[in-house]
Amino acid sequence: MNKKLVSALLCAAMVVAPATTAFASAEGKVCAIVTKSAGNPFNEKEAEGFQEVIEAEGGEAIVKHPESATADAQVSVIQSLISQGVDSICIAANDVNALQASLEDAMAEGIKVCTVDSTVNPDSRMTHVNQAGVQEIGQALMDAVLDITGGEGQWAILSATSQAANQNAWIEAMQSIMESDEKYAGLELVEVAYGDDEPQKSTDQTQALLQKYPDLKVVCAPTTVGIAAAAKVLQDQGSSVKLTGLGLPSEMAEYIGDDDAHSCPYMFLWNPIDLGRLGAYASIALANEEITGAAGEKFTAGDLGEYEIVEASDGGTEMILGAPFKFDPSNIDEWKEVY
Amino acid sequence: MEKKSIMKKITGSREALLLVVLILLCAAVSLRSPSFLSVQSIMEMLKNNAVTMIMSLGMLCVMLVGGIDISIMSTLAFAGMSVGMLLKYGHVSSTLLCFLIAMGIGIICGFLVGLVISRAAVPPIIATMGFMYIYRALAYLVGNSEWAGADALGSFKDFALGSILGLNNVIWVTIICYVIFFFFMKWTRTGRKIYAVGSNPSAAEVSGINVKNIKLLVYSIMGFLGGLGGALAVSIYASAQPNMQYGKEMDVIAACVIGGVSMSGGRGTVIGALLGSLILSVIAKALPIIGFESIYQNTIKGVIILVVVVVNVVMQRASDKNNLKGREM
Repeated sequence: MNKKLVSALLCAAMVVAPATTAFASAEGKVCAIVTKSAGNPFNEKEAEGFQEVIEAEGGEAIVKHPESATADAQVSVIQSLISQGVDSICIAANDVNALQASLEDAMAEGIKVCTVDSTVNPDSRMTHVNQAGVQEIGQALMDAVLDITGGEGQWAILSATSQAANQNAWIEAMQSIMESDEKYAGLELVEVAYGDDEPQKSTDQTQALLQKYPDLKVVCAPTTVGIAAAAKVLQDQGSSVKLTGLGLPSEMAEYIGDDDAHSCPYMFLWNPIDLGRLGAYASIALANEEITGAAGEKFTAGDLGEYEIVEASDGGTEMILGAPFKFDPSNIDEWKEVY
Repeated sequence: MEKKSIMKKITGSREALLLVVLILLCAAVSLRSPSFLSVQSIMEMLKNNAVTMIMSLGMLCVMLVGGIDISIMSTLAFAGMSVGMLLKYGHVSSTLLCFLIAMGIGIICGFLVGLVISRAAVPPIIATMGFMYIYRALAYLVGNSEWAGADALGSFKDFALGSILGLNNVIWVTIICYVIFFFFMKWTRTGRKIYAVGSNPSAAEVSGINVKNIKLLVYSIMGFLGGLGGALAVSIYASAQPNMQYGKEMDVIAACVIGGVSMSGGRGTVIGALLGSLILSVIAKALPIIGFESIYQNTIKGVIILVVVVVNVVMQRASDKNNLKGREM
């Protein structure tokens, strides 16, 4: 595997070396994006960002929405892209393992494969474009809690289930960030409650938090169902407790505002358009053989800046888009239409 | 004749026993957390459990004829999601119309379930398992990978915020449902037929009751309440999601079982369903307040349900024995 990689690298270097310019364009390249399914607003925006960059760089963008959010539907799309002979495929995978055969076929044909949003196993991809890293999310949420509490006071976390891997990783990151820096010393995390991503249970849990901790200042809910349920409880009660976390703009638009009548001053989630853009720049860089998807490589993604490919937790490689995107009263009306 | 002692009265009636359990439970919780018995807290509890409480009535009817329905929360999601989408895209804006649409969808869903069970004689657990998947999938199809959030629901969500005479609208709906069912089950011909079919289907058949139609009716009632629950859930939580109330049919069944409704049919009352769902509501509300670690909460909930049911069954057996003794003398 390593030998193959090295020789591939060398070959690539020989071909590209004379032609390397300061900025690689997508001139003459055909780059495809495969989303999870048709009719998903998040996917539509991803594809929009992707298409915009590819076309601005002079390439041809192919956007494919499978009929359904299944691996089967994506396999047939990938097969047709292979026979079209595209230069790169950027895919938001519906299954970690089921796409392996067809993506390996594609790579054997010389097509560059990367994933966005949700990835496939390391053997089936060259690299992955991750929307946000655990550390970045933990940091953004901790800073929000610090900001909204005004520097000190009690706060609580409302999570999904106690077994949700991503939730637990974010909560752990928040806790370690809180311990590592003096500026968070005034904050007291009183409880991590679990609403199981059910509105009913999340409501019970939020009401219990309010009843148990009269001095509570902030609830942080890093889950889309939990944050909406908590927002509803706080706003209906006219509670002085504020809320932040990770939420869907369309679900949360009603609750986001700076005044006392709204329960959530601001919250976070990913920006699907930027995710699509970075996917496009990664596709171009791969197609131009500027990068191969190995850890440690760097490339410039237009005005998004410079990105470095790093080791991912699944043993493959990835690049991280950046800190999660902030939704506040100034942009929520625009984003609630998006997703 | 000797006077019946209070103790005997209590052990003689399942409902009285449940009431004692409920009071003890509330007392125990309020010892730990005095604010539990505040008016606000009780109103919150009733509102947050209204859907389970209302749907217990339908499950009571279904279980009385010896059936079971595990498709109810899928019906709820399908009806709720349909209303949510209609509101989101501005096809409907009247709150009343939304409720009617949801209840209509619910009746149709329940009617189909009832047809398959009564006419094709498919065992209820199998038939409703099938419909559970079908209706849940329909909820996803209607939703088309979208949710309807608070912003999209317009004035529909105000229904669950409004109140009449100091009581929240949602609680009023629950009370009205219980009053109607209390009279329906006790004093109408159809209500009594449901009991008859459950306690002895062949005797009911012989006495001229159309057993198939009664079965069709109870599943339609269940569907109707599922649709109503869908509209209520969307209004209460200001959010329509295709996975609404996923897995909660077990809570509804548990409420009936706690309330003394027999799994084999024929036995159970509206008061029992009310007390059963109230006990379940108190448990759901109290566990996070008392401050058990979250991971233990479901275990404790399960233990409490089992204890209540076992105590109930033992007491029932004792009172049956007493009744038999009375007959011999």
